[in-house]
Amino acid sequence: MDYVIIGNGAAAVGCVEGIRALDQTGSITVVSAEPYPVYGRPLISYLLEGKTTEEKMLRYRPENWYKKNGVALLSGRTAVSVDSAAHQVTLDNGAVLPYHKLCFATGSRPFVPPMEGLETVEHQTSFMTLDDARRLSRILGDQKDKRVLIIGAGLIGLKCAEGILDRCASLTVVDMAERILPNVMLPHPAALIQKRMEDRGVAFLLGDSIARFEGNHAVLKSGKAVDFDVLVVAVGVRPNTELAAQAGCAVDRGIFIDDHCAAGPDLWAAGDCTRSHDISNGSDRILAILPNAYLQGETAGLNMAGGSRAFTKAVPMNASGFFGLHVVSAGSYDGQRYLEEDPETGSYKLLVTRDDRLVGFILLGDVERAGIYTSLIREQTPLSSIDFDLIREKPQLMAFSRSERAKKLGGVQR
Amino acid sequence: MAVDFLYPPYEVIRNMDRCISCRACERQCANEVHKYDVDFGHMVSDESKCVNCHRCVSLCPTRALKIVKTDHTFKENANWTGKAITEVYRQAGTGGVLLSSMGNPEPYPIYWDKLLINASQVTNPSIDPLREPMETRTFLGKKPGKIVRDETGRLVPNLAPQLELSIPVMFSAMSYGSISYNAHASLARAAQALGIYYNTGEGGLHQDFYQYGPNTIVQVASGRFGVHKDYLNTAAAIEIKMGQGAKPGIGGHLPGLKVGPDISRTRMIPEGTDAISPAPHHDIYSIEDLRQLVFSLKEATNYQKPVIVKIAAVHNVAAIASGIARSGADIIAIDGYRGGTGAAPTRIRDNVGIPIELALAAVDQRLRDEGIRDQVSVVAAGSIRSSADLLKAIALGADAVYIGTAALLALGCHLCRSCQAGKCNWGIATQRPDLVRRLNPDIGVQRLVNLVTAWDHELKEMMGGMGINSIEALRGNRLMLRGIGLNQKELEILGVKYAGE
Amino acid sequence: MKRVYVNEKWCLGCHLCEYYCAFANSGKSSMVKALKDHKIAPRIRIEERNNISFAVSCRHCEDPLCVKGCISGALTIVDGAVHIDTDKCVGCCTCILLCPYGALSHSEAGAVQKCELCQKNEFGVPLCVQGCPNKAIVYEER
Repeated sequence: MDYVIIGNGAAAVGCVEGIRALDQTGSITVVSAEPYPVYGRPLISYLLEGKTTEEKMLRYRPENWYKKNGVALLSGRTAVSVDSAAHQVTLDNGAVLPYHKLCFATGSRPFVPPMEGLETVEHQTSFMTLDDARRLSRILGDQKDKRVLIIGAGLIGLKCAEGILDRCASLTVVDMAERILPNVMLPHPAALIQKRMEDRGVAFLLGDSIARFEGNHAVLKSGKAVDFDVLVVAVGVRPNTELAAQAGCAVDRGIFIDDHCAAGPDLWAAGDCTRSHDISNGSDRILAILPNAYLQGETAGLNMAGGSRAFTKAVPMNASGFFGLHVVSAGSYDGQRYLEEDPETGSYKLLVTRDDRLVGFILLGDVERAGIYTSLIREQTPLSSIDFDLIREKPQLMAFSRSERAKKLGGVQR
Repeated sequence: MAVDFLYPPYEVIRNMDRCISCRACERQCANEVHKYDVDFGHMVSDESKCVNCHRCVSLCPTRALKIVKTDHTFKENANWTGKAITEVYRQAGTGGVLLSSMGNPEPYPIYWDKLLINASQVTNPSIDPLREPMETRTFLGKKPGKIVRDETGRLVPNLAPQLELSIPVMFSAMSYGSISYNAHASLARAAQALGIYYNTGEGGLHQDFYQYGPNTIVQVASGRFGVHKDYLNTAAAIEIKMGQGAKPGIGGHLPGLKVGPDISRTRMIPEGTDAISPAPHHDIYSIEDLRQLVFSLKEATNYQKPVIVKIAAVHNVAAIASGIARSGADIIAIDGYRGGTGAAPTRIRDNVGIPIELALAAVDQRLRDEGIRDQVSVVAAGSIRSSADLLKAIALGADAVYIGTAALLALGCHLCRSCQAGKCNWGIATQRPDLVRRLNPDIGVQRLVNLVTAWDHELKEMMGGMGINSIEALRGNRLMLRGIGLNQKELEILGVKYAGE
Repeated sequence: MKRVYVNEKWCLGCHLCEYYCAFANSGKSSMVKALKDHKIAPRIRIEERNNISFAVSCRHCEDPLCVKGCISGALTIVDGAVHIDTDKCVGCCTCILLCPYGALSHSEAGAVQKCELCQKNEFGVPLCVQGCPNKAIVYEER
């Protein structure tokens, strides 16, 4: 059996580990555009911050991982076309890879919106890959003399800001939205995070956007202007779906997959390039988060190798931190809200329930044991079967019944 | 606060260099001796509440604690000792009967310690129990006076019901109520594992423990708590409790507070009512009356269970035992004055009754003299502390012994003698759920099995040394004992020679 | 594989497991040295309420979400046990967000910490188990 995986991120790793759980002999080929072994993309901000090193970062899996798993890694190569009828992938060097089973783990790429004068900007980068991080690091140097402008106050932009703040002379974040983290946070906790970042010296220009660049001088729609030395564009990402579309898969922004991560005959897809079914609100959307990518990849791998595994617990979630303020969130926020806030300590806790289920939460500050909340969302545990008052108080197993606890603490957990 | 003249008898010594303020002592002390003082930032203790049970000492992970006797004293007085003075103060303060628990702690002679065991040298070989057969299995019950055969010469099976013990040790009567569910579970399961018996005491048999029936002796006492047909028929034997070594002549009293739903059901009395065991059985005023009860119980169980009659060792114990042997009982259990209790008036516990060693010797001799020794087995109780005591008891005439205090010690009891307070920190003499939980029967069973197995090894070792390889050959074999530090009268009653004779 | 299992029926809420855990992973030669005047951050934690208490530590799941979701590859399975490479960990909390038992926590050093069954310290057998006075925590095959 010949397996081909296009992409070399967390979804690809999940896919390989899924395949190898059932099939130790089939050949696996991984096509990687980047010339590196797999690494955790979210680490790049930690890299710039000095919390990890390239060497550690590139050991997301041990050095001998590809060899041990019998994976042929074609690094620095991109797939240019897929012929699903002929079961063939053609690479940029003209090589043709025949496959029995193919998985698209193609991820996404930065979205750079058209902006007048962008080409006149010296020192600009996206912030997604190790190369981006290297580029940014090189531009910043170690003189702390660069003024940085980041477009985009989403997670990527803000993590970038945190990662480089200590290496900048000044740092400004612009976003069209009226608040930071528009896609993952509600306004109030977003404001708390913003406050924390402003206290540390990050400047925000919200509800505003670039009218034009005049070299390294940005003029905003509001008329404000920002001079900068370095531009980081972190507006968003677009899934890489072209190959899948070409192969005949249904695509609408992301690749459509079923709960077995199948995208077509002998075709699978996993990770940021796919559409997930978010069980917290029943919507289908892209969940570009690493755990989701791995779990989908693993599901795809298991099914490619002849197993039958469904992945039906996709939930958006983010764990992050901004200058020491831990922030975790998961699910969606439509429903009955339970809020607890302590302005003294800056802690914030929001639980959202709907139809006897926990569907979302946001925690700022104290995030200990948040996984118990996530689990309630993932497992769609009826809140009437637990002591919700206790769960509101804090994440705790005490909220479950005695027999449920006995299962959790006295049995082998899958 | 009124002055009560009482000074705490113990001091809690905490080594502050070692204390890590983990608060295990605080969490584990039901008497609330320890406390973390936020202002001081370290642990403090109130020794006036300490009963010296060592729970905190045992659990302290850095061994930062010890409990010592206070050196605070009254002016020295050999007659008015500190204890005597304090007891007067206490009674002057409360007007109440002094209560205490476990066995008589007063410095009366301990005859076990004045008896020495023989060993073989030259003229008769000793036996190595690891290489040669050594039998500690024993049977309790009436033995046939003679062998009867039918016309064809076959043996007529006329053996009365027997209790088979793999080791001549049984767990003595401790009621569910006086001890906890988990203590009971430990005793029951250990008895099963060891091939011996435990005794329900007078508190009935919890439904969960019917499964251990083949290793259970059920008690019928003056309160008749929990006695019904199934109770009797589930058991291996039935014991009529006439008396108890710790409090001969008086009954018992379990306060209504301790009679919760479980105990209420087990004892067959309403929840929250005092469980009072009268001093006498109101239907027994003579050996003839006793005989009626013995045979009622036999009748109820189809003559398939041996009946034990348990008495406290009192002055004329030999004559009483003789009467019991004639009442139809299969086994007599004699409880000496050091026997334990969950609660007894201190004066009675410390002043009433006689030592088991003397009582046992007197009973065995009397039954032999009357030619009725085979009609009953004799079980000695009331502070058998070791395998040496066990061996000496058998040599003085016992068929087996009951152990109570030793068994509780194995379960963690530290003999603080505060059972009556119901706040046993070891989860033994308490019904408080948070405290009962402290005794995990999985641990308890193992420790009981270990203890009795160890005693069995030692017993075999000592028997082998004497050149004896069965309990039968040891029983009543007083030639194997010699006295030391005893007067002529004591030697005479014990039926042993002086060391050197 | 042997794991740590908890039976709340026998848990006394004495919290000794937490202290034994903190000591075992302190690298110090005695408990006093390790814990005197020190606020502990153990990898096993007691939950308690109304006379019910139990310890919670890593369940070493066969299919651990924390390992799958870890962004740095710091969490791995070594012979069935979930280990953490604190050197690789960047403290992002994704594992904390994923663990259904709440068994991972921040360490004093910043990285995430979790029970590693005392496999990386000198004790070899979980010290919480050895220190539990009532066998509420056991280390066995199930």
